Amino acid sequence: MEIDFVSKFDYLLILLPEVVLSAAALVLLLGDVFQRGQESSQSADWVGLTAAGSVLAAAAANGFLLTLEVTSGAPMIAADAFRVTANFIFLGATFFGLLFSFDWLEREGLDKGEFYVLVLLATVGMMVLGAARDLIVVFLSLELMSIAVYVLTAFQRSDPRSSEAGLKYFLIGAFASAFLLFGIAFLYGATGTTNLARVVPRVAEAAADGNVLLYLGTGLLLVGFGFKISAVPFHMWTPDAYEGAPTPVTGYMAAGVKAAAFAALLRVLTVELMPAADAWQVALWWVAVLTMVLPNLVALAQDDVKRMLAYSSVAHAGYLLVGVVSANALGRSAALFYLAVYTLMTLGSFAVVYHVAGKGDRRRHLSDFAGLGWRRPLLGVAMVIFLLSLAGFPPTGGFVGKLYLLRAAVDAGQVGLAVTLVLTSLVAYYYYLRVVWKMYFEEAPEEAPSPGRPGPSFRFSAAVCAAGILLLGLLPGTGIDAADRAGRSLTDRPTVESPAAGATTAGLDGPGATPASPSSESDGPSD
Amino acid sequence: MTESYLGIVILGVIGVANAAFLLGISHLLGTDRPTPAKAAPYESGITPLGDTRSRFSVKFYIVAMLFIVFDIETIFFLPWAVAYRELGLFGFVEMLVFLLILAAGLAYAWRKGALEWD
Repeated sequence: MEIDFVSKFDYLLILLPEVVLSAAALVLLLGDVFQRGQESSQSADWVGLTAAGSVLAAAAANGFLLTLEVTSGAPMIAADAFRVTANFIFLGATFFGLLFSFDWLEREGLDKGEFYVLVLLATVGMMVLGAARDLIVVFLSLELMSIAVYVLTAFQRSDPRSSEAGLKYFLIGAFASAFLLFGIAFLYGATGTTNLARVVPRVAEAAADGNVLLYLGTGLLLVGFGFKISAVPFHMWTPDAYEGAPTPVTGYMAAGVKAAAFAALLRVLTVELMPAADAWQVALWWVAVLTMVLPNLVALAQDDVKRMLAYSSVAHAGYLLVGVVSANALGRSAALFYLAVYTLMTLGSFAVVYHVAGKGDRRRHLSDFAGLGWRRPLLGVAMVIFLLSLAGFPPTGGFVGKLYLLRAAVDAGQVGLAVTLVLTSLVAYYYYLRVVWKMYFEEAPEEAPSPGRPGPSFRFSAAVCAAGILLLGLLPGTGIDAADRAGRSLTDRPTVESPAAGATTAGLDGPGATPASPSSESDGPSD
Repeated sequence: MTESYLGIVILGVIGVANAAFLLGISHLLGTDRPTPAKAAPYESGITPLGDTRSRFSVKFYIVAMLFIVFDIETIFFLPWAVAYRELGLFGFVEMLVFLLILAAGLAYAWRKGALEWD
């Protein structure tokens, strides 16, 4: 189907998955609160199932997006394969995050309706962030996603750790959003438009002029994004927020938020700001190296498994940055593939940690994992798969992902990054395998309470995540093809060549706008 | 380009100088003999009643939050109203959807008891 934005209905079609999910969130919000009133705090069971069902409906709408093709105009929302693949990643994170959280909500007696609505709205924010082709839309969706996640972080209000984590995340996040917005303002000042489709020739002009506003804007933009992906100088909130937040929320946050921020980063940096690559490539190189080295070293000293996993997810952001810095098509595809695997293994590992920690999230120490492999064999096997994938051991998806990233880095000539990736992964093996050792080679003390049998939704999700990781590791062909198509779709669509159009046509592009001249911009150093 | 900032700079300088002058003059020329009556907080001329520090009920913050949301909604209505003719039916329906979403939020707050003052 061709979309040329002549009919107003096209605006609805291009946003179909987000509309489906938002409508579902509103229906859930009202339906839940009207059927139970303010006396009871227990939502009906259908609320959770409806939430999960609406995620599946949005996934179906997402598949429908593949049939669309934008033929004219420079819309603020892209409709390319990258968006569809990224959406599947976010929807997958949400679906499994929801399923993993059923046990927790039941156990802690929390307000389920509000939780599901917040998760769905955060997902809408993620999906729009993955599709955004205008810097203002990037900011808007980033805020939508972030504010919902701040509330989710502090969801367990009775637990002071949760409130502390939420407050820390919110304060630092608000600062980072301010930096991002300031950077967007400077980029607008340098180029005269915020629309990423139009901005490419102007960025080339500004870079050729050595425009200070361009460099300032890019730097501030990097600070804002760096916070969201927990890159090293901006990662200080991550261990505290991840540790204090309720564990199912941590899994969802670590997977979804990071994936969405990386999707937006890939769009903004590697495609639109490529003409100004000297502005950000060196800085981001250092950020990537530090983000790989520092958290891996710190994680070695952690005894709390949840905090250790938090540091490890910061390190994974570093690995993903290798794909961003080697700004070729292979790097984009590799980052997307690794995001998919990362989502599965992060959700899975945090879910297992939650299950072992039990009510009140107390038993998270390394010693609480002793003997787990014998007491709960299936859970142990799943955890081993997740940990090996995090480490990057051969038959798992984590290994294929890291190989893909290494290939991208070497192709772009970033040998230093490739070497750092390998060496830091080796260091990481210690703290991942330490947990495996505890699970299988240490006896649980007799008085230690055994974690109960997980609920059916938990078992299903853990099985699917583990199977997905093994599938991506043993038979990665389809996954790599999909990631490749998605990565290439970022540069395949026509951009609008209108440097003379002036600042007045910035942003919204309706009917009667400058027709698209099918010229694709340069694709980076190597392809 | 920098000439246009001259006015603001002059304003800033005069503002700071004025404040500094007033405070400085009163410090240099005034006496310094505080009495309890002089040091008491000002309450429009009456004798001060009680402590100035009191605890605020948390109800105020909920009202403030709801106010902000609906105030911003009103602000969004204004440019839409100005461009109403050009936007036609599409603009009308779109704003209606926006209004309904916020009304859903109001219904949720109502049902949860956020509008109860006691």
